[in-house]
Amino acid sequence: MSESKEKSCGCGGCGCGSAPAAASKSEQRRGFMFKVGAGLLGVGGLLTALPIVSYLIGPATKRFSNIWVNLGATSSFPAGQTRFATFLNPIRQPTDGDSAKTACWVRCIEAGQFQVFAINCAHLGCPVRWFEQSKLFMCPCHGGVYYQDGSRAAGPPPRGLFEYAWKVEGDALLIDAGRLPGLEESV
Amino acid sequence: MNFLKGSLAWIEERTGAMAFVAPLMFHHVPRNAKWWYVFGSATLMFFTIQIVTGVCLATVYAPSAAQAWQSLNYIDTEVPMGWMLRALHGWSSNAMVVMMAIHMLQVFLHASYKYPRELNWITGVFLLLTTLALAFTGQVMRWDQDAYWGLGIGAAIADRIPVFGDQARALLLGGPIIGGETLNRFFALHVFVLPGAAIALVGLHMVLIIKNGISEMPKPGAVVVPSTYRKEFEERMHKDGVPFVPDAAQRDMVFCGVCLIGLVALAAFYGPFGPGGIPDPTLINTNPRPDYPFMWLFGAVSLLPPASETAIMLIAPAIVVLVLVAVPFLSNSGERAPSKRPAMVLLALVTVTAIAALTWEGTTSPWSPVMDGWSSLPTPSEFTKGRTPLEMQGAVVFQFAQCRNCHSLDGRGGKRGPALDDIATRLSYDQLVRQVQQGGGNMPAYGKNLDSAQTAAVVGFLSTLHPFNEPDAMTPGAQLPLPSGAATIR
Ligand code: HEC
Repeated sequence: MSESKEKSCGCGGCGCGSAPAAASKSEQRRGFMFKVGAGLLGVGGLLTALPIVSYLIGPATKRFSNIWVNLGATSSFPAGQTRFATFLNPIRQPTDGDSAKTACWVRCIEAGQFQVFAINCAHLGCPVRWFEQSKLFMCPCHGGVYYQDGSRAAGPPPRGLFEYAWKVEGDALLIDAGRLPGLEESV
Repeated sequence: MNFLKGSLAWIEERTGAMAFVAPLMFHHVPRNAKWWYVFGSATLMFFTIQIVTGVCLATVYAPSAAQAWQSLNYIDTEVPMGWMLRALHGWSSNAMVVMMAIHMLQVFLHASYKYPRELNWITGVFLLLTTLALAFTGQVMRWDQDAYWGLGIGAAIADRIPVFGDQARALLLGGPIIGGETLNRFFALHVFVLPGAAIALVGLHMVLIIKNGISEMPKPGAVVVPSTYRKEFEERMHKDGVPFVPDAAQRDMVFCGVCLIGLVALAAFYGPFGPGGIPDPTLINTNPRPDYPFMWLFGAVSLLPPASETAIMLIAPAIVVLVLVAVPFLSNSGERAPSKRPAMVLLALVTVTAIAALTWEGTTSPWSPVMDGWSSLPTPSEFTKGRTPLEMQGAVVFQFAQCRNCHSLDGRGGKRGPALDDIATRLSYDQLVRQVQQGGGNMPAYGKNLDSAQTAAVVGFLSTLHPFNEPDAMTPGAQLPLPSGAATIR
């Protein structure tokens, strides 16, 4: 016990006894070292943060281009009717499961003339339903209503339904699909 | 006994644990701090339950969009006590939000946020936000139809942010669609980021409680004077305070015990929440609804005027948070008693009433069309009695043109538009025709969607809808019923 006490005592004495000149020198060195340390940590921290931040904001910076998706034969969309169609999202990834399935409403105005509407209400994205008898789309969330050409009929939506670009290739109806439709889609 | 004492002393000598904990346990609290003060403890208890049950659920839950829903059903049906763990987690989540709200209300009514407890309040505000974020991300974990379309609503709101809308939406969803990365993003928030933040904030909240003490029950005239408050408070605590353990803690224990038993009873009796329908976005026969803590927001969104909706949705939350943070700075001294702060009591009352009313609105959502009203609801028989074939035909059109989705007859049907049971007493034939053809308000125009025969039929039906002892509204100018004495005036 007494030995250890003595030891610690001796150690303290050693520090106290050093010359003032030496102390200021070591202090100087310590100040310099502190600055170097802060600098190195700063640079290292930045270098580490860079990949982390770019990883996290990746979804916002990565560009996804839509891809033409086949909705099936044009004959399955009779003229004058609006039909429900589903497809697998072309930019899905393995973990998406069922959520990669996507639905849309296909209106065949006359043979060869189509309008393809996103399922999502332009108000808050809920799935709109088509009513053949009244030729209206209705939204179950806040009561948005659209006419058969997708234009806003009533309720809170700020605009008409979002539309997909379409083309007919051979006998097939294709739409340009991918990202969840939203306001970036042109009117 | 001696051995126990000895080993405790051994541990104490090496850790100093008691020296650290004792002041926390035995610090003096106001003698009059009675049952008002139990809600904070109850909130903390439910938070602890959330952590324990949450970790348990994470041992089986598959945080993958392809399997999350299946794994929840597996927990419910195959894992021993799995359903109970899910029920406890769900009910305790709601209970935590409720207790937190009551705790906050009490603190506000008693103005406990005044000097020197401003930061107690502010850490509390951030705990509120964190807890609500946990509740929202928790709803996403359920990965059912409500979760999917709830995310759709979040995405649509983010999309409306000017300039950066598209990027904000992508950040929220973790990609261009609601899918695998969306769930994983919310999973990371729900189990790592937000609980971590909550634990840190709870710690800070506790440190501040120890540092500043628990506020006394407010008394009219006992004003807070920042320059002398702390010294006087400490003197009063020294003279008249009681140790937290056991004097105050026993009340917390009783209340928390009752809460726990209530929680287990609710969970055992009502079982877990969902999961609802499978998260397949092509199954569109769904009525997306948020969980209870967000029902009032769902209700509020439907009442906003469409023109200023975007601005309100984006700016209002920021303003609310700012105001909450600003509360202790707006008034940090003076009276604490509710009787001396009638305006604040009124404000609290209005807020609580508004949230309750909006929650009710959200739950009943009268603005939502009843999507299968037209096909599933019968035409009340008294509305078909003695009607001509044309009028009967009109009753059919009324159903088939989905009028019933928005309008009720005999109390059944949509509440989006007015009930039409006695519409003929309000509108004349011509006015009815105009309403059907041109719509207006929140009603679509049926002009192009019904042919003239259908319009004639449905209006014919509507103009029979009046109580038999009340006349229908006449076409203006046709046969005006003369007011008594009118003859002499003429
Ligand atoms: C999307 C929901 C919706 C549908 C579908 C709908 N209405 Fe309406 N209706 C409303 C709303 C909302 C009002 C109130 C309009 C206003 O505030 O000006 C209304 C008003 C009316 C009124 C006037 C009520 C009054 O008290 O002044 C009549 C009549 C009416 N609707 C008939 C019909 C008929 C007939 C149909 C079917 C052909 C129909 N509505 C379909 C929503 C709807």
